[in-house]
Amino acid sequence: MIPQQESEFDIGYLKPYYGKLFPYADMFKWMSYGHDGKHPGCDQSYFGRREFSYTLKGDFYLRFQSFNSALELENSIKEKCPLKIDIGPVYTVDPAKRHAYAQGDNKVFTPVERELIFDIDMTDYDDVRYCCKGADVCLDCWPLMTIAIKVIDASLRDDFGFKHILWVYSGRRGVHCWVCDGKARRLTNEQRASIADYFRVYKGNENSHKKVSLMGAALHPFLATSYTNVLKDYFEKILLTNQNLLATEERYEKILSMIPDESIASELRGRWQDNNRRSSSAKENINVVRWEQCKQLLQSGKHKAQGLRRCVEEIVFFFTYPRLDMEVSKHMNHLLKAPFCVHPKTGRVCVPIDPNRCDEFDPTTVPTLFQLLEELNNEGLRADVNGEWSGTSLGSAVTLFRSSFLEPLLKACKEEIERSYSLKLQQSKNSIGCSSKR
Amino acid sequence: MEIVRPQSHRNLFSPNDAVSVPTIPLYRSAPPLEVRLEDFESFAIDRLRILKGISDGMSRGKKPDEMEKLVKESWKVHMRHQHASEVLNKDIISHFVLRLVYCRTEDLRKWFLSMECALFRHRFRFLTTEAQRAIMDEFDLTCKAVSNVEFENIKEKLGQVARSMGQPSPTVDTIFYKVPFEEVPELVAGRKVFISQGYAYVAMNQVVSLVATLFRSQLSKTLILTNRKWTASIRDHEKHRLTPIVEALSSSYLGPDFSQPREYAEISLKDIDQVAKTSFPLCMRHLFDKLKEDHHLKHGGRMQLGLFLKGVGLNLDDALAFWRAEFSKKIGLEKFEKEYSYNIRHNYGKEGKRTDYTPYSCQKVISSTPGAGDQHGCPYRQFSEENLRAALSRMGVNSRAMEDVMDKVRNRHYQLACTLTFEALHGVTCDAGINHPNQYFSDSQKILQPKVD
Repeated sequence: MIPQQESEFDIGYLKPYYGKLFPYADMFKWMSYGHDGKHPGCDQSYFGRREFSYTLKGDFYLRFQSFNSALELENSIKEKCPLKIDIGPVYTVDPAKRHAYAQGDNKVFTPVERELIFDIDMTDYDDVRYCCKGADVCLDCWPLMTIAIKVIDASLRDDFGFKHILWVYSGRRGVHCWVCDGKARRLTNEQRASIADYFRVYKGNENSHKKVSLMGAALHPFLATSYTNVLKDYFEKILLTNQNLLATEERYEKILSMIPDESIASELRGRWQDNNRRSSSAKENINVVRWEQCKQLLQSGKHKAQGLRRCVEEIVFFFTYPRLDMEVSKHMNHLLKAPFCVHPKTGRVCVPIDPNRCDEFDPTTVPTLFQLLEELNNEGLRADVNGEWSGTSLGSAVTLFRSSFLEPLLKACKEEIERSYSLKLQQSKNSIGCSSKR
Repeated sequence: MEIVRPQSHRNLFSPNDAVSVPTIPLYRSAPPLEVRLEDFESFAIDRLRILKGISDGMSRGKKPDEMEKLVKESWKVHMRHQHASEVLNKDIISHFVLRLVYCRTEDLRKWFLSMECALFRHRFRFLTTEAQRAIMDEFDLTCKAVSNVEFENIKEKLGQVARSMGQPSPTVDTIFYKVPFEEVPELVAGRKVFISQGYAYVAMNQVVSLVATLFRSQLSKTLILTNRKWTASIRDHEKHRLTPIVEALSSSYLGPDFSQPREYAEISLKDIDQVAKTSFPLCMRHLFDKLKEDHHLKHGGRMQLGLFLKGVGLNLDDALAFWRAEFSKKIGLEKFEKEYSYNIRHNYGKEGKRTDYTPYSCQKVISSTPGAGDQHGCPYRQFSEENLRAALSRMGVNSRAMEDVMDKVRNRHYQLACTLTFEALHGVTCDAGINHPNQYFSDSQKILQPKVD
């Protein structure tokens, strides 16, 4: 449980946060994707076609906000002081003027670009964690998020070839992922859905038997890699004992129910009921001992049957594999909370997470609004070219955002703009050449 | 379609080609053919029969090989023409007429697109390798074959993918094509290809999927263009000749969509518990019960049940009251108003783009993919046998009928299973079969209260 700040924070704290700390310039740079430059290939309308959306005090929603400059964005946020800022897609036209273009059935106003996004929420893991429920998270279940980051991040890079990926703590109980490569931003809904499905191993729900079903004589290379590089170790070294997955009858029964062979399940049940009575040696963790027994029996030579060998993997997948909110990823027009917002319930800032060091990320030490304002007061007003945040604990978060994400992204954007511009020049030269020949 | 002089008609498709090497036209541009008005309509109806057959087959959950047979036979029957050389023309003409018919709304386009693509896909499979290659050439694909050196490097991964699908590992002779993963969304979604650094490695026997995707995106674009042309000029231009035919064709074959409740008066909130017991199909009954039990449903469930209730005749105010009564027990009134009432009004066309959404058909319900915590989808497809048996006996299905239902479920005839359930509970036969949850409801009401106006 995150101890402090569970109650709704006072909106008064947000004013100084938006006034002095929120990194407007960085957000603007990011959302401009290089189009704010002076290069003739820049599309100056680009940032202005992006939808921002606010949640104001009193649960008042303001959708389809758009801005033409960093200053407009900054002034608007400072003025409205939103509890939450969401980022939507880039549309064909300025979303604020959408009504002027919406005539009848013609779809002039339609999304054209959007980051490929993923939303992973701890509440979807309630059937595999015993430490907390619902909106609560602690260091015993947070590794589930670490696993999700590792598995998805590796596949986005190695399989799909994406490079510009931002991971953000959602402020309370999950993580968001923004894939920002040009190619990712231009994916169709169908292509987005295909990537989300590629990541999906959960079929069915409480009404059907199997929640994870791994068929065939081999695992797909992506699943095999995820299993050996991430899932197996996290399950055996961390979650098994953190969550006491096999410690009580109720818990081990859940795992036994996933074994399709009744004779093996009852053999294990017999042994485990037995050593429940015998007080097991304190030396070895009971979860580890039982898991070893389970594995040994399922993978022993006696049970060569394919289904049973897969069963060990299915159990591990069930307890560890990332659970995505599929709908968020499938459609271009889904809104997602902007990084550096403050979560209204916890007061924690939605800070970036470094995927290479995500095992070190601790949601319970993420800076809170309250803490930042105190630091700001203690520091006093210090003129600083980098903004006020550098004197506060937000500093490392903004630095990380810039160095690991924004700078390489902008470099790539600039190159892309130059490339496509010179291609266009070349094409128009060619066509002029053709016509003059005629 | 433009209707012009027949001068170039013969040399456009050399009759030799059309007869000896069956191929599939890619319908890239409307042919300069002259079409008689009778043919215009009758060709279109023939093609529509094929597409409708495909659509029915899919919603009955037919297996790929059954579909293959169905398409092959249906094509033979309906595309027949007394002159063999005319078959290709009939194919092209009927496609372009239907393109006009189905370009006019997003729902129509969607249906036509998926049926035409299914048709294309099956026809592509019947082609000789040569003819397949020819089509791949038209899409510029052959140049993307993977070299032997590259194959050796990733051989192991390709083998893993093949084995994960229960197929033998590929050999050096297997041809693979390396394409951007975006071009094979279907293979990506099913994890049926090896993907590395943005490229998917597609085996020759999967090429149909790649070609079908390209075909689909081409058709999807032209449908939108056709719609623009239709609204800009053709509709008025052909007001007295083609327009009536075009407008009649789409509605006469899609069946009722239950967007407007009819026949029975609006249902009121106080009756809803009662009719849920007697006249809801299992998919809705389950959602209804779950809602009462948990006082919550996830988005997919709210959509499926909410639109069904709208089709049943629950008006917006009652719908809001209904959802509010349940949700507020769990999350409180305020949160409901804030987070959920928008969506309900949205379903009734009162928010957002103000489309009056239509209730889900069986096909849509069956093809949905509920995840963890979801309750929607077709129970006959989603439930384990145990859970399904329990649910059916709660509805009152006796043990003999139960076995018939389970038998259909095992053969993946979900709509037939639902039809048998209907028959068992109502004691009558239902020849038309169940194709829509709202049809189940209205048929049931017809039997249970035949005299009510």
